[in-house]
Amino acid sequence: MNLQNILTEIEKVDADVFERLDHVSRRHVFHNFLKKALTGVAPVAFGAILNKAYAQSSVVTDVLNFALTLEYLEAEFYNRGLASPNLITGMEGWNTFQQIAKHENAHVALLKSALGGAAISKPNFDFSAKGAYPDTFSNYRTFMALAQAFEDTGVRAYKGQAGNLISAPDILTVALQIHSVEAMHAAKVRYLGGSRGWIMGAAGSPSAVYSGEDVRVEGGVDVVNLTGLGVDQVTGAFDEPLTKEQVLAIATPFLA
Amino acid sequence: MEKLQNDPTATPQGLTGKASAALGRRVFMRYLGATAAAGVVLSACHDQIVDPTVATGSARAGEAIDLGDIGSKDVNVLNYAYALEQLEAAFYTQVIKTPYAGINGYEMAILSDIRDHEIAHRELFKAALGAAAIPGLTPNFSSINFGSRASVLGTARVFEAIGVSAYNGAGKYITTPDYLLLAGKIVSVEARHTAIISELVNPQTTSFAGDDIVAAASGLGEARTPEEVLTLVRPFVLEIINGKNGRRA
Repeated sequence: MNLQNILTEIEKVDADVFERLDHVSRRHVFHNFLKKALTGVAPVAFGAILNKAYAQSSVVTDVLNFALTLEYLEAEFYNRGLASPNLITGMEGWNTFQQIAKHENAHVALLKSALGGAAISKPNFDFSAKGAYPDTFSNYRTFMALAQAFEDTGVRAYKGQAGNLISAPDILTVALQIHSVEAMHAAKVRYLGGSRGWIMGAAGSPSAVYSGEDVRVEGGVDVVNLTGLGVDQVTGAFDEPLTKEQVLAIATPFLA
Repeated sequence: MEKLQNDPTATPQGLTGKASAALGRRVFMRYLGATAAAGVVLSACHDQIVDPTVATGSARAGEAIDLGDIGSKDVNVLNYAYALEQLEAAFYTQVIKTPYAGINGYEMAILSDIRDHEIAHRELFKAALGAAAIPGLTPNFSSINFGSRASVLGTARVFEAIGVSAYNGAGKYITTPDYLLLAGKIVSVEARHTAIISELVNPQTTSFAGDDIVAAASGLGEARTPEEVLTLVRPFVLEIINGKNGRRA
């Protein structure tokens, strides 16, 4: 990851950044974060930098807190699933959900450290969604269906926020790096449940998660007409964004 | 206009170190070098990456294709993506044309879907770029054994992972929100491909988002600079693709 512009970008939203980043030279910040990011050390340095530097930028903070909310939900969902007796069956299931849980918990830690004092607290979750899913942690099919819904929502949610990070390129990069991992999770969970790894049309449940996934016009071009490919293939080739409001509407039933 | 970099083997400056990580040149060699001899022989003049029925401009073996400073203009980022999608579409087109030994119906369906996705991506970029598009590139898949499942799927996983890391690394260069969104719409599908191909290569394991492509401690996927990506893909294209990392002010 090339972070040499991070402070320049931060400076755009926070003119006093260099005063507040006392004792830290550009090179030092860049070098340290790079080492930590690439060697997989817990990203505390990243968080400290961003927390100090972006504290004044409500847009970036809002996006990161929005992302943190989703990651809290996912992490707790998988942690509880892994802790539920007789839920996950078979080595494939364990490999899948342990790996996903590892990443979601890491995303929570990363975002929390990035936000520092601005990080929202973990909400209380109700994974029955007020009784709509009474057997989430006792019926593997229900658990897998919700996992798929959460992952596909996560992919679409990050995509919908990318534009809000366009003035903070290095934060955008981190968001994209999370986004692509959510998509890997989504594909595997779909596969585990017997579906294709990609979303064809707007098929899926709950329907709000897949609303608008069936568009065939991209950048003003009808890609079906352009290519002669099938509608399922074209809609599968592009994941669509969700707005923050759409995502919150999907997530709200799961908030206690 | 950027000055052409005439030496395609020149070491890119400013590598982040990631290039030597999980999916570097050596991994390619593991899948490709050892098993290539028995592969399908491709005739360069009949395997243009673009639709051969369409005029492709002036690309030909050995010619330099200059993407310029990839961070300086959105059109350069789009052409960079267009080049990668051309390569992927050509690869899967060949895979479906000459299926590997022992391919089953499910694998054929998956790989056909992926081929169609890459064609959709390629054609959309081509349409979006219009007259600004780089020419159709000529693939060089002589090192891939299309008769071997391990060679094809191993190569596919590497191509997909490189594609994801390329979009992740180039997103920050895009200044137009609509283009950034389009890149986002595509990169997550490439990541889905990575997971499913990984599943075919290493069934029922953690490979779908393995520790070799997702940092275990941070949960972050890979990001590569354009120069790193071009170094990895250059051996698979007969033209010499040059490009510089972006330098956004």
